[in-house]
Parts: sequence; C-alpha cells; structure tokens
Amino acid sequence: MNLDLERFHKTFFEESFENLDLAEAALLRLDVAVFDAETINTIFRAAHSIKGGAATFGFSAVAEFTHHAETLLDLMRSGKRQLAQPDIDLLLRAVDTLHGLLGAARDGSAANLAQVAEVQQALEAALSRPSVVPPAATIAAAPAASGWRIRFAPKPDLFRSGNDPLRIFRALAALGELRAEPVPQPLPGLSAADPETCYLAWTLELDGAATLAEVADCFAWVEDECDLAIEPRQPAVAEGMPPPTGVNVVALPVATVRAADTVPKTAEVASSIRVGTEKIDALINLVGELVITQAMLTQLAEALDPVQNEKLLNGLSQLDRNTRMLQEAVMATRMLPMEAVFSRFPRLVHDLASKLGKQVRLVTVGEQTELDKSVIEKISDPLNHLVRNSLDHGLENSESRVAAGKDAVGTITLKAAHQGGHIVIEVGDDGRGLDAARILAKAREKGVPCGETMSEAEIYQLIFAPGFSTAEQVTDVSGRGVGMDVVKRNIQALGGSVELASRPGRGATVTIRLPLTLAILDGMSVGVGEEIFILPLSSVIESLQPLPDQVKRVADAGTVVRVRNEYLPLVDLRDWFSLPGARRPPQESIVVIVEAEGRKVALQIDELVGQQQVVIKSLEANYRRVRGVSGATILGDGRVSLILDVAAVVRLFSQSIAA
Amino acid sequence: MSIAAGNTGPVNAQIAAGTPNEFLTFTLGEEEYGVDILKVQEIRGYDTVTRIPDAPDFIKGVINLRGTIVPVVDMRLKFKLGSAEYNEFTVMIILNIAKRVVGMVVDGVSDVMQLTAEQIRPAPEFGSVVNTRYITGLGALDQRMLILVDIEKLMSGADMALMDSHSQALQ
Repeated sequence: MNLDLERFHKTFFEESFENLDLAEAALLRLDVAVFDAETINTIFRAAHSIKGGAATFGFSAVAEFTHHAETLLDLMRSGKRQLAQPDIDLLLRAVDTLHGLLGAARDGSAANLAQVAEVQQALEAALSRPSVVPPAATIAAAPAASGWRIRFAPKPDLFRSGNDPLRIFRALAALGELRAEPVPQPLPGLSAADPETCYLAWTLELDGAATLAEVADCFAWVEDECDLAIEPRQPAVAEGMPPPTGVNVVALPVATVRAADTVPKTAEVASSIRVGTEKIDALINLVGELVITQAMLTQLAEALDPVQNEKLLNGLSQLDRNTRMLQEAVMATRMLPMEAVFSRFPRLVHDLASKLGKQVRLVTVGEQTELDKSVIEKISDPLNHLVRNSLDHGLENSESRVAAGKDAVGTITLKAAHQGGHIVIEVGDDGRGLDAARILAKAREKGVPCGETMSEAEIYQLIFAPGFSTAEQVTDVSGRGVGMDVVKRNIQALGGSVELASRPGRGATVTIRLPLTLAILDGMSVGVGEEIFILPLSSVIESLQPLPDQVKRVADAGTVVRVRNEYLPLVDLRDWFSLPGARRPPQESIVVIVEAEGRKVALQIDELVGQQQVVIKSLEANYRRVRGVSGATILGDGRVSLILDVAAVVRLFSQSIAA
Repeated sequence: MSIAAGNTGPVNAQIAAGTPNEFLTFTLGEEEYGVDILKVQEIRGYDTVTRIPDAPDFIKGVINLRGTIVPVVDMRLKFKLGSAEYNEFTVMIILNIAKRVVGMVVDGVSDVMQLTAEQIRPAPEFGSVVNTRYITGLGALDQRMLILVDIEKLMSGADMALMDSHSQALQ
C-alpha cells in the first residue's frame, strides 16, 4: 500500500469529526416513541462513513469499534430493533468514545483503551439481547400517503431562463395542500439587489397522495438550475404521548435549514469550499487597508473643483460604493451562524440534567443569526458557564416545580438576534430566579463592596464580582465562584456587555450584547482641542448645543445637562483625556449624548467633524490597554485617532451620579 | 573605575553563546549607547504623534507606521537629560522587541559598529544614567566608549510603562 494516503488523513479526520457531530445531534433529536427513518439513517450513514474511511486508512481500532455501533444502527433502521432509550444513551457514549479514538489516531497519542473496551462490550451485550420486533402499527410505512418535504434552492440565474418559482408552487398546490416557507438566509439590501437574480430558497411541505414522480415533474424545467431535495415526510406525532420518564431534551428547530441536514444533500456540499482562516484574515487586512486608502482619496478629492473634475469625482464615488460592498462581502465570509455555538448545548443539557436528576428542555431561537468566527470561538465558554449555572442553580427539580405550580420540565432558552450594530444573546430559564436579598447578604459576607442603596439591577451585577457565589455547596458543575467574573471579563474583552434580569420564582435571563464586527466601525469624528476622536456611531444618540439653563452643577459630583426630562452626567472630553487648552463652558460647546449598557452620558466636545467608516487598529498590540480608549484608527490624512470606549465612560460616570 | 568581578559572568556567557556584535550607536545626553542591530527595524524622523491619555510624560503618544499603531518613548525625557526639542533633526529609532514595535526618540544616531569580544568589557556597577540591570557591557573602540544596552529588557521593564504587568510577567 503506498504511503501517499497520508495526505488524505487530514480530510478524513475533519469529515469524521463532522460526522460525529451530526450523529450526536441526530441521536439527541431521536424520540423513542417515533420511528424517524431519516434521522436514524443519518446516524447510520455517519457511522458507515467513519468505518469505511477508517478501514481504508488503516485505523483498525476505529473501524472495529465503529462496526459494532453500525450493526446496532442497521438493526434499528431496518425496523428489526425497537428504539429504546438505553440504546440511544449507549450510542451517545459510543460517539464520545469514537471522538477519543479519532483524536488519538490523529494526534498519534494513546487512546483510552479501558473506555473503548467497556463501551464495545456494552454494544456487544446490547446486540446479543433478544431484539424485539415492534408491532407494525408503531412504524410508519413508507409514507406515500402523508406527503413530501421539498427543499428548493434555486440558483441565482433561475429567472433568466424564464422560470418562475411561483408557477412551480402553483403546480405543486394542485397536487395537494402546500405550505411554503422561505429559508432564512442573508439577503442583499434593496439598493444592491438585482431584480433579475433569485436570492431566495424555500422549504415546502406538500400534503396529499402525490407520488414522487408527480412532484418531481413540477420541477422538471428547473432541474439543472436549482438544488432540489424531495423527501417523504413522517406522520405527525400522535397527541397525548407522555414524555419519557427521566430526561427529556428537545431542540425545537426554528430555522428550517440546519447544518445537520446538509450532508445527505449532495447538491449543497459541492457548493462550499474549505478555506484556512489565515487566508480570510489576510483578505480582511487588505480590505481594511483599501478602506483607508479610499478614505484618503475621498478626502483629497474634497479640495478639487467639482465641475472640472466631474469624471474623477464620479469615479471616486463609484469606488466608494464598490469598496463598501467588497468590505461587507469579505466581513460576511467570516460570519458563521450562532448554530455553531448552540449546537453543543443539547448534549450538554442532556447530560447535565440527567446528572442532576432534573427534567429540562432546551429551546433555541435565532440559530441562523450570524456572528464573526473569532467572536463565536470566544463566546462559547461564557455561554457554557451560564447554561450550567441555570441548570445547576436556577432550575428546580421536578417536585419543587410542580409544587410551585410550574411545568415539571424546566426550560432553558438560548436566543440570538441582531439589534442595531450588535448581536444580543440571551440565556434564560424559568427557574427560581435571582434572590436579591440573598445576593446582597452574600456579597456583604464576602466583603464585596456594595453601596448603601442599590437598585435590583446593581445587586444582580454583584454576582460578577470575583469570588462570589451563593451556592450552598460547591459542586463540580458550578459554585466555586470563579465563573461569573471570568464570564464578564471575557465578554468585556470582546467589547460587549452583560446584564441580568430576573423575576423571583419565575426565572432569570442573562443578556449578552456584542459588537457585530470587530474590525470596522461606523464612527463619528469629533474634535477636542487639537485632537480628533472617534465615537462609535451606534452609541451616539444626538448632539446639541445646550442652553445655559440646561446646564447644572451638582455639589461634589460634577455637572449635569438636562435633555428633555432627563439629567445626564456631563463629561468634558478635554478633562477625560487630559488635553491642554482652556476649558469652555458647555453652553459654548457641543454636547453629544451617547448611550451604552442602557445608560446615557453627555460628552462635551469642541466640534463635530464628520462621519466615516474607520478600520479599528489595536492599541494593545504594541502598547497597552488605555482607560477609556477601545482602539485607534488612521484617518485619511495619516493621523492616528483614538476611538472612545463609550461603555467605560458610561460606567464610570453614571455611577457617580445616582438618580 | 573598579569593575566588580561578579559582572563578568553574564557578559562571558553572552559572548560564548554567540553574542550579536553589531550595534547601532546613538547618543543620549553626554553618552553614546549601542543596541543590538537586529532589534532595530528602522530609523525615522519625528512626525505628528497622537497623544495618549493617562500616559507618563516620556511616552509622547502613538504614530502611524504604515498602518500599525506604534508607541513612542522619548528617552531624553525618561532619563531627564537636557532639553527635548522636536524639529527636523529629531530622530526616532523604531525597534522590534518582544514581538512589539516601539519607537524611541534619541538625541542622534551614529553608525553601526562591529565589536569583537575583546572590545567588549563588563559593565560597571554604577555610573550610568541607565540602570545597570539593562547594561550588557561596555564597548571600547578607539577613543569611544559605548554603553551596550539590552534594549529589549529596558523597554519591557515596568518603569517604561509600555506594557501591561501581564505581559511583563511573561518576559
């Protein structure tokens, strides 16, 4: 056998780990009461691929182990073995073991042979138990009668060949009852959308007795111009099915197209390509430099006579548009759906809930919300910790819940959504909520500094103090009190913020806000003294020149500005940055109202310069973290301009002036 | 000038280990210093520097070095040597140390000198503006005496306030 195969090893391992993830997600989706042929097939195919690849490349340990799992799955998928929870749990353990085996094979390290032997024996034991041939009634026959699920993703040029998806849908609707749902995916903005290009894809559900041939016929004209998948649908789960005793975890699929489903759909696999992150980062850097150069050109062009240089100016404005689109497209390549993060939670919740003896269901919303890859990597651990906390401390066990009149099964909700220039991630539970009194008492006991009178929100924030924990006992799940402050610090390091909300007895929600992109910022440039600073546009609410009677001094605390009915603390940026120059009274300057973490502050500046997109350059790469500055950028004229860390200013100043 | 025997150790070890012996020489105040040429990225004039809030006075601010933000330290202010003027003759040495790029303003830059092992003497215990901790030796060439500085250690030190204590701990 030639050794040339080694270069395929990398691909084999990558694909095998992906298959394991698929298998795990599918195993968690399985409901023992329903025979879901599609899902079981997915697991079987995953195991089969791994076994085949392992055998080809000579990883005999992996192949042999997988063989047992595959045999079990084969019996299950052909209906010769009834689905049972112990089998599913055993298969989950097998997935874990395979993970270890594959990792060992890839890294050349020793596998955990004891674990492998144990699980393999368990698999053999399961196989030798008499299989139960389930009564025919519980298996759905190949559902020719219950309809089809069609995934229809036209290629962008579909319209140009004279085809119209609506006509296809009407033809389908003639075969039975049709429901169409567009697949959530990124759409270009209105100004960038081309009316002759198709940007949408659909998932269609067709009820009725149509045959495969009839359905496929409707798509005959567009066969080559779309990605099409037609599958039989299962009948709906009968009502009144009691949830299995013990743990019940259901991940409700909100988005209809999940990454897990793309492997069997060969059409979609061919349309993606693996690219190393270094290449993408290099691309982003280059685009960043392009943005700076383009801004410089625009600035230079402002001095030109518009009439004489009309063509040049037109060209420059076209360049501006193109650069903007290029930049958005490149940033989008690094964006991955939150699903990448959420996908590990069903397993975590499943295992943890069974370990703690609680009944928990996990609901995920907005998995398609996209986030920069580097942020996704860093948000995993904090989310992990928050979910564990909810499970461990927030949710009560079934008896307590029922006694309190709540559903015996607790719910943990993971939600992600875009909001302005941020992404908002929520981890919520319907457990016992946060006990403000207990938190305050614990804080005092641990010597955590707390004010005389604190609002509820401020009391909840005490949880983030280092060393804090109200857990009665430290478990290995949580309670050691080192978690929450690390969570907060990690989130702040990403430029985000975290808030807590709670209703006693009803539950608690942690809300994390993160900036969408790390590298480019829409900024408002303001002049203070000789310097120009950048304010993140998403934080700016308004700017005004205050009247003398709007400005008030508060004894010992500073100055406030009255804006409509609010009094906002006034920060003179000259003071904040220790700039030379005479202080001007607020009524002779401009005041910009900014907001962060739900609080507002008024910043006093000398002049408003303009608005531009800036490339964020790190100050900390060569220097260190500076208070109040979140980064720097290079202006069109080559000068360095500091970007204000609005959250830091808000934090410092809105505390000192309590309501 | 008495030279403590104890100081020969580190110098000999360095020379034995193949000390880099090309040095860029610059003047600061009354004295001439030498830094390992491999740590020098480039030499520039002094251009617009953007101030950084809360920085000590010897950290003038940051500059834009072809797209990278680089902090600038004025060694004349740091070591309190004479007057620090900024004109067309002001010169800045851009260093590449500890994976960072840092600029330092000096009085003047001279030439690159090659020093053999015999020309390098151990450092004195006292007598220099720069803390002897950072001095690796004294170079003697003709009539000139060069104070050879471990510029990486100097710039990473806490008193330079260029780096967080976290990164200092890693030095």
